[in-house]
Amino acid sequence: MARHDVESEVTGNVWKVLKSVGDSVAEGDVIMILESMKMEIPVESPGTGTLSQVLVEPEEQVEEDQVVAVIES
Amino acid sequence: MTGPECQSASQPRTIGKVLIANRGAIARRIVRACNELGITSVVVYTSVDAKAPYISEASEAYALNGLRPADSYLDQDQLLGIARTSNADSVHPGYGFLSESADFAQRVRDAGLTFIGPDPVWLERMGDKVNARRMMAERGMPIFAGSDLISDAAAAREAAKAIGFPLVVKPSGGGGGMGMQVVEQMDALESALTQAQAVAAAAFGNGAVYLERWIPRPRHIEFQILADEHGNAMHLYERECSVQRRHQKLIEESPAPGIDASALREQAERGAEICAQLGYNNVGTLETLYSDGSSGFLEMNTRIQVEHGVTEEVTGVDLVQQQILLAAGGALPEPVELSGHAIEVRLYAEDSQTLMPSTGVLRTFQPPRLFGVRVETGYQQGQEVSPFYDALLAKIIAKGSTREQAIGRAIVALQAFTIQGVQTNAGLLLRVLRDSAFLRGDIDTGMVARILRTGRRIPAL
Repeated sequence: MARHDVESEVTGNVWKVLKSVGDSVAEGDVIMILESMKMEIPVESPGTGTLSQVLVEPEEQVEEDQVVAVIES
Repeated sequence: MTGPECQSASQPRTIGKVLIANRGAIARRIVRACNELGITSVVVYTSVDAKAPYISEASEAYALNGLRPADSYLDQDQLLGIARTSNADSVHPGYGFLSESADFAQRVRDAGLTFIGPDPVWLERMGDKVNARRMMAERGMPIFAGSDLISDAAAAREAAKAIGFPLVVKPSGGGGGMGMQVVEQMDALESALTQAQAVAAAAFGNGAVYLERWIPRPRHIEFQILADEHGNAMHLYERECSVQRRHQKLIEESPAPGIDASALREQAERGAEICAQLGYNNVGTLETLYSDGSSGFLEMNTRIQVEHGVTEEVTGVDLVQQQILLAAGGALPEPVELSGHAIEVRLYAEDSQTLMPSTGVLRTFQPPRLFGVRVETGYQQGQEVSPFYDALLAKIIAKGSTREQAIGRAIVALQAFTIQGVQTNAGLLLRVLRDSAFLRGDIDTGMVARILRTGRRIPAL
């Protein structure tokens, strides 16, 4: 089983989480949308697999490079 | 000191103390206009904005609770409370935030204060894009084919047949390009409709959408309008605002290069006449799309624009002072000739290539001081650029006797602007300013996307 960390590219707030733990995701699927400086920043899956952890909740603040979810394949 | 005063049809109004319900460059700009007019200025700020330069430039400053816009600069109760505590007699909303909220404007009035902007009824009428299009079209402003509000897929198909493809599904209550869906053919219409409605509902709290003909490579041309409360209106020419990223303006200039000036004047005059007929008041901007000699009205912005400085530079009219004077019931300024050329570049805290926002503390922030260059910024060294608000760091407005001279000055100013602590889009702005099509005046709203797609990696400055 390979584990992929999903990281935030920006500092901002979690706006919406679109996928749930257990969902299968493909590379490029949008897992959640962050909001920073009035822009919506999608967080995409870096690989194909199953979403095993979502580490943040809507409204939560995230930092650049913070791991926000984990995918296992 | 007392400010401008006048006896209007309704009641005498003195503007002596203005609460500025905004932040950043526009808050500082309004403080300056107040100071120049001898009016007391009151600013508000959140904890991340506590080091902003305008806090000491204003007469008074009040801290806001909360950080997020909804809890601070959009919190009507908090702002009206500060207006009361500070004994302000008027409120200037700036741009963005509450500037186009009819509800806020009305509450300001109900509190016995003057709203520095149009009558709330105009915020409501023009805020409804379908209504605004109809009002302008009925009075002779050209528009591109479009629909009324779309209720369901069947109505959308019917309207699409009349409009033709490609078309765009647009939120009626929105702006800034959010939620817009371009549709190339009939079988893609229904899903685009559903998606646009969902985004519109989430972003603007209003899922209403309409259809409009899609103009593939248009230019964005807008006209600056001034109107008093006595039925008079005038224009201050056009601004060319086609250089955009993500439907948001990056570079604006006046006059518009490469379009017949007399056709533009004619449209500007028609726009001003219609505003006079309607009884519109204060400042406003008529946004239009231009393509191959034809043009169509898009929407009217019922507030001061980010790019107002471009018009100020070529006309000599101080638009922010005018807003205050007009709100006190004053008369229009004398007509002016357009002189020279001005160009504004928007320096954003974002990566030049990926356009990703960049936050941090401004370790170095040294705006250039150069002949023919004006910098409008709400930041200073040591201040934090937070993820809570938009990414605009500074507007650089360069003036020249010709377009070439103005562009040259903008390039030098960008190179001389020293910023450390956040990424900026200076590299992208320089790339556009040196682009051969841009220099020829061959501009359209898709050009930044093409530059980003085709070019080499833009070096960070």
